[in-house]
Amino acid sequence: MNEPVVRVQNLRKMYRGGAEALRDLSFEIARGETFALLGPNGAGKSTTIEILEGYRDRSGGEVSVLGVDPVRGGLDWKARLGIVLQNTGEAPTASVREQLQHFAGFYPNPRDVDEVIEAVGLTAKAKASIRKLSGGQRRRVDVALGIIGRPELLFLDEPTTGFDPEARRQFWDLIRRLQDEGTTILLTTHYLDEAAELSSRAGIVAGGVMAAIGPITELGGAEARVPIVRWREKGKVREERTDAPAALVAQLAATGEPEGLEVIRPSLEDIYLSFVGRDAAEVTA
Amino acid sequence: MIGILRKGVARSGYEIRHYFRQGDSLFFTFLFPLVMLLIFSVAFSQTTFGAPGEEISAAAYYLPGMVAAGVLLSGLQNMSIDIAMEKGDGTLKRLGGTPLSPVSYFIGKLGQVLVTGILQSALLIVVAVVAFGVELPDEPEKWVTFAWVFLLGVTTCALLGIALSAIPRSGRSATAVVIPIVLILQFVSGVYIAFSTLPEWLQNVASLFPLKWLAQGMRAVFLPDGFEVAEVGESWDLAGIAIVCGIWLVAGLVLARVTFRWIRKDG
Repeated sequence: MNEPVVRVQNLRKMYRGGAEALRDLSFEIARGETFALLGPNGAGKSTTIEILEGYRDRSGGEVSVLGVDPVRGGLDWKARLGIVLQNTGEAPTASVREQLQHFAGFYPNPRDVDEVIEAVGLTAKAKASIRKLSGGQRRRVDVALGIIGRPELLFLDEPTTGFDPEARRQFWDLIRRLQDEGTTILLTTHYLDEAAELSSRAGIVAGGVMAAIGPITELGGAEARVPIVRWREKGKVREERTDAPAALVAQLAATGEPEGLEVIRPSLEDIYLSFVGRDAAEVTA
Repeated sequence: MIGILRKGVARSGYEIRHYFRQGDSLFFTFLFPLVMLLIFSVAFSQTTFGAPGEEISAAAYYLPGMVAAGVLLSGLQNMSIDIAMEKGDGTLKRLGGTPLSPVSYFIGKLGQVLVTGILQSALLIVVAVVAFGVELPDEPEKWVTFAWVFLLGVTTCALLGIALSAIPRSGRSATAVVIPIVLILQFVSGVYIAFSTLPEWLQNVASLFPLKWLAQGMRAVFLPDGFEVAEVGESWDLAGIAIVCGIWLVAGLVLARVTFRWIRKDG
């Protein structure tokens, strides 16, 4: 029971041709936990998740998923996983209900098809061909296919891409219900609010290593959360990090009203950016 | 084991529905032999084939070749393009992440090929009879021959199709790889052009491949007995059909087993 659902130790991945996607990655996910893997495009998030799903071989390190090395994962092992890939792929001619019914048949103990359709908000489209759905609706079908088998461990690789805000809220509710049922979840996302909303812990992957890891509220350590006091002095921006911003502000105010005074408490986004670099983050935004 | 079979049968139903919902495969695989039969029957409507006293119409003469071509198209062309596309568009990747056995997947494909192949042959035969008055054999042993040649042919072609699907680098290039192979085979195997009119070296090359034998088998079923003298060695050579197709069947099975992957791994 104390065995983590996912354990990754010193994971390394070299692509043919010598490109190094992952240098040395380690993390664990406990049963029932939702762990978010954050990082810019090309940082190796999808490579990591696909190694855990058994799609890719690794070049080094140890990986255990539900107590099994994914390289040797059989059909019984796959029956305990739910996978939402980053790419939707070509839509089949089948209707939403046909597709879910068909996939439900692969699993020993699937969820009720209509309940899943309802949970992803596609009840009105249940009889429509998946080809005729919008991008965001197709993505919801992906999520539905990922959870139809009642997985113990759910992989969500950028699940909400193409969702409108309402669909995203609905998706968050769905994930919370899965969490209540005890589902362990590995999530990658570009939306930091989503990571903060859904996950208990997160890791930031940058340059093929885990740049930071920990509970969302402590990510980056106390150091990264020290408030910043910013003001202008003789036209130049001054910045100081301090645990006692009020005292510093009082000190500044003693000699007159400081120009452009701000007290900034680093958000998850600020912390994230400090780890991956502003340039990389702008590309992904 | 029973689960794998049951899922395979469920997969067949899903595949067959998908097949008939796709316009392009319906035309280029399912209806193509029928279109060719119509063209030949109309173009040569004034011509008769065969020795005096045993003349038959163009429709009767071309029917066996078109049935054989249908077996090749429904089996090899449909299967290889379909799987290569599914590999390219992410369908196989998705299935590879579920507890569906590859065996169930293939049972599904074979079921689809079998059902669509049977419907295609039935359609060809019905149109030949109804529209062109072609007379069908009434000896039961000819229909037994039809049954085993058809089943052996369709299974062999389907397995070779699975093996062939490993060659195209992408779903989009699948048609470019497969169609020329299929088209050339049809021209040199006695489907469109009478086999006996080909130069001997070309006959020898074509005899290495299963389509020549399938066409020969279908001629044995549908042409009057007097046509047997026009064959190589003046015989339908049913044993030869069984041997050559049997070898390709085993080769196809081994190749399919060795080459098939849910996804192209990057090493």
